[in-house]
Amino acid sequence: MVAKSKSDKKETASQNKGEMQKMRFNTFVVDGDKYRTLLTEKFKNRKKWEYPDERKIYSEIPGTIIKIHVEEGQEVKEGDLMMILEAMKMKNKILFTSDGVVKKIHIKESEKIPKGKLIMELK
Amino acid sequence: MSLKRKILELQKKREKVLQGGGEKAIEKQVAMGKMTARERIITLLDENSFHEYDLFVEHEARDFNMDKKILHGDGVIIGTGTIFGAPICIYAQDFTVAGGSLGLMHARKITKIMDHAMKMRVPIIGINDSGGARIQEGVNSLAGYGEIFYRNTTASGVIPQISVILGPCAGGAVYSPALTDFVFVVDKISKMFITGPEVIKTVLGEEISMEDLGGARVHSEITGNAHFYAESEIECFDKIKELITYIPWNNGQKARPFEPKDPKPEFKIDEIVPGNPKEPYDVRDVIRGITDGSEFFEIQELWARNIVIGFGRINGETVGFVCNQPLVLAGVLDVDCSDKAARFIRYCDAFNIPIVTLVDLPGYLPGVDQEHAGVIRHGAKVLYAYSEATVPKITVILRKAYGGGYIAMNSRHLNADFVFAWPGAEIAVMGPEGAANIIFRKEIMSAKDPEKMRKQKVKEYKQKFANPYVAAAKGYVDSVIEPKETRKLLLHAIEVSKNKVDRKPIKKHGIPPF
Repeated sequence: MVAKSKSDKKETASQNKGEMQKMRFNTFVVDGDKYRTLLTEKFKNRKKWEYPDERKIYSEIPGTIIKIHVEEGQEVKEGDLMMILEAMKMKNKILFTSDGVVKKIHIKESEKIPKGKLIMELK
Repeated sequence: MSLKRKILELQKKREKVLQGGGEKAIEKQVAMGKMTARERIITLLDENSFHEYDLFVEHEARDFNMDKKILHGDGVIIGTGTIFGAPICIYAQDFTVAGGSLGLMHARKITKIMDHAMKMRVPIIGINDSGGARIQEGVNSLAGYGEIFYRNTTASGVIPQISVILGPCAGGAVYSPALTDFVFVVDKISKMFITGPEVIKTVLGEEISMEDLGGARVHSEITGNAHFYAESEIECFDKIKELITYIPWNNGQKARPFEPKDPKPEFKIDEIVPGNPKEPYDVRDVIRGITDGSEFFEIQELWARNIVIGFGRINGETVGFVCNQPLVLAGVLDVDCSDKAARFIRYCDAFNIPIVTLVDLPGYLPGVDQEHAGVIRHGAKVLYAYSEATVPKITVILRKAYGGGYIAMNSRHLNADFVFAWPGAEIAVMGPEGAANIIFRKEIMSAKDPEKMRKQKVKEYKQKFANPYVAAAKGYVDSVIEPKETRKLLLHAIEVSKNKVDRKPIKKHGIPPF
């Protein structure tokens, strides 16, 4: 059985070539070889890797700061209570994961914070 | 009552139900720029081919005053018809009736037409336009969704399943489209998400519009949930019709053949690919230099553009193309494009569509984000899909094929049936620069002029390895061919593999890396 063919509305080869000449290509390196190509938005916006700094504490979940249990200059030990963060309708106890002295607090009580916000710095 | 009067009574009943949610609701639907459910079905199917089932179905809900509410057809239209003569089962949710919300009888109508499609072994098309679960019906509504998902899964790989999102499709409802083969979306009309902007705002404090959260463009460009993007419903229906011409009715058949046509003369296949492997070109021009009438029906055109997938015809027969795209990210394999390719390969395999793979890639995409996103696991999907496929598998290496990328792109080693290479093919572990730096590190470092030495060694490596003949000498490449011979040889390869038998060991199913 032979079905009917639809006419092709797609661009012609020459139109495509004209478009290629207008494109602005980037240099893209794979294994030392440099290629000329287009980059995607996703590639351009990819998160650059940074070595984790244990002295800087970031929020892992968005939520509201209910109570901060430490002050700047205070000495803290691993397991000490840092704050109460309300997230996903639950009040979460956030604990310190390392010893140190609180150098700077970047949040206030009743503040709404996003994920990945710098909360505190230790020294 | 005479039969005549009974017929009149039937006509009256029909007329009433055909109004759907009534004039006001229809006005609202039109104001949103949407067609009504019935208009959609009639536009999509061949003229006068639609036959509706279950027009008089009524819901049985009693709580929350539901017993006093009449919902025509319970908010969904089901039936059978044809597209270019191909039989189709179809359902369309009617947003004008209780917001197209899904209650038990609504779901029963959908599962009934799905079962029908399975029995008749014909494609099923679902048009989604629904506010979600009918909350008044409680767990019955959830049961309805579950019964649809179960059937989607059972039908997967047996009959083609197409989802068209022409309105909201939120919460649990999104999982039926996600389980089907092809999802169509329309700009400004389609909206898909698990949790809407309201919930996200209350729980997470993040403000986002419906369009930015789960609009047509988001799912076409960012998530990859949608396969086809259209500017209007009409354009969307045209695309569905075109798709139907490329695929078989079920997994026991082949797609219907078309009248063979030559490619258009303007697609000069030997003038498209630049000699320098670092220069870009659009691989779709090569595809059009091969296919009948230079027609190519691209799938997921806007997502993971570093690989190109879609259907074309060679000598009238549908083939699936999987091609690296040097135009975007030099055609590397990464997490998204591995996912895109692997699923399509499995689709072709399930529906007896030969696969043509055009290779030109520098390897896998390097980077911490890729490694941490699981490029090992996702990249493995490509290997799995190719190795598992038993349809005719034909590879043409256009230019570079380096490292793991070479293996993954349907190499002889994954049991390809035919591997052709163009004379400019470079089949090697890696590109010349990287390889020379490693192999000749000592010579380069101890040379008086390291840069000069490096250049010399890169040249040496290029001469020795950057060609198709090393692989051809081992039989990994069957033949080195001129570009203009490609179509003729593909035609030959498809002809020769008509009776291909490739039996895998009996098993319940494999464990693919997904």
